[in-house]
Amino acid sequence: MQIPLVDYLVLGDEPHLRANECADCGARFFGRRNACARCGGREFISARVSGTGTLRTFSIVHRAAPTIPTPYVSAIVRTDDGTSVRSNLINVKPHPDQISLGMRVKLETYVAGTDEEGKEAVAFGYAPA
Amino acid sequence: MAQDIWVLGTHMTAFGRFSDQDAVDLAATAALGALDDGGVGISDMDILACGNLFQAASGMGQQVQKQIGQTGIPVYNVSNACATGATALRTVIMAIRASEADLGLVVGVEKMGKMGLLAGGARKEKNVYEPSGRYGAVMGIDGILGTDTMPGVFAQAGMEYANDNEGVGFEQFAKVAQKNHSHSTLNPLAQYRREFTLEEVMGSPMQSYPNTLLMCCPTGDGAAACVLVGEERFASLSREQQSRAVKISASVLTTDPYVESGQMQPDVNTLTRNAAAAAYEQAGVGPEDLSLVELHDCFATAELIHYDNLGLCEPGGAGDFIDRGAPWRTGKTPVNVSGGLISKGHPIGATGVANVYEVSTHLRGEAGERQVPGANVGLTHVIGLGSSCGIHILEKSGIG
Repeated sequence: MQIPLVDYLVLGDEPHLRANECADCGARFFGRRNACARCGGREFISARVSGTGTLRTFSIVHRAAPTIPTPYVSAIVRTDDGTSVRSNLINVKPHPDQISLGMRVKLETYVAGTDEEGKEAVAFGYAPA
Repeated sequence: MAQDIWVLGTHMTAFGRFSDQDAVDLAATAALGALDDGGVGISDMDILACGNLFQAASGMGQQVQKQIGQTGIPVYNVSNACATGATALRTVIMAIRASEADLGLVVGVEKMGKMGLLAGGARKEKNVYEPSGRYGAVMGIDGILGTDTMPGVFAQAGMEYANDNEGVGFEQFAKVAQKNHSHSTLNPLAQYRREFTLEEVMGSPMQSYPNTLLMCCPTGDGAAACVLVGEERFASLSREQQSRAVKISASVLTTDPYVESGQMQPDVNTLTRNAAAAAYEQAGVGPEDLSLVELHDCFATAELIHYDNLGLCEPGGAGDFIDRGAPWRTGKTPVNVSGGLISKGHPIGATGVANVYEVSTHLRGEAGERQVPGANVGLTHVIGLGSSCGIHILEKSGIG
């Protein structure tokens, strides 16, 4: 059995992210809001976020808490429908020569861990497209 | 317009790691130093604001009173991330402007020791995955969905600027740290006072590319304090007190307004730009008038983008600004002559008061070896993630 790492990741044949989108202004939020932080609107619809985008910024993290494997590439991706998403850049060597700002990326999923009942936690990252 | 407010006295302890002094000792030293410097006593104070982050629930302000004088005045214990000190300062400014006080004491203090990374938790291996928290996460997400660590978050802020602007990269960020380490050699109160070559800065252990160890501020202990006075009381002070006083010509606190990417990457730019615009307007000065700036260089990547946010350089020109040496002590607009957070240190609650100490000391012409010649206007800036930005503009007395 597989479960998503976070509730805004939807698994299945076409894994994707879902955001709460303000019905008034279109601002998107991962996580619940009582009112839109941009316009104050109180109605939200569930919106599917594009799985492709460009690399907006990154850092190659070499120092983290003891149980976190390093180095890894932390990234902010701007999806093709204009939503910013934070995740790791995956399937790439963690070296500045291998990463270029503005590069095309696509969402991919992988198993991040297995619990004692055999449940797999599925995470997402962005790989060079 | 509300009445003018002046820094009458100011003092800071050295920043470092002091095993023989707790936060109350450090705060008391700074507070008494500021009172003595202003030629006043604790019994003259109408209000005390005490900025402290990591012991925020301890009644730090009242503990300081017990150490230096319990006069029964109101105490405001202030906690606002890395903007804590500036927020405490502003608390007293607002009280004086509201005519609830004539004289007030601001103390900022932090005892951190060697804390290491301040964010980014270890991943606990759960036996059974159950969704929890605001995002229904089944395990710790730091290091899987990007980074929570400060060197990484501020690295991303810098690399975003590099994405949008020409001529900005690892070397430009490293030059910022080279400058601040060099500046700190002239500051006897700095936590570190060692010069490094650009190669040494770039070659020190990588924390979060492009921030190497020498491009990150240390944790540490320290305190700073200011005595503030409103203009009505100021008029009755001695000529000597008036001539050494420093005028606060702008005091601004902003938070981060909505931007699309803000939920994923803290936006340290917009709130700084908004605060700077308001502060320049209040003070009636522009960035070209500044003799010196003490800004929030928690990481080298942060300082570089604030050259642009504060209007110190042409839009998009922060890389060129550092390349031509403009923010060096002898350059066009000296930035972080104290050594900055990177080398002077960053005991969080003290930082936003210590930068007022630094700028005031230059405006008084009392900064010794590191004095910026002829300094008459200066700006202080802090950012607390979450986020808040505090900016103060200070001016030389002009009464001689």
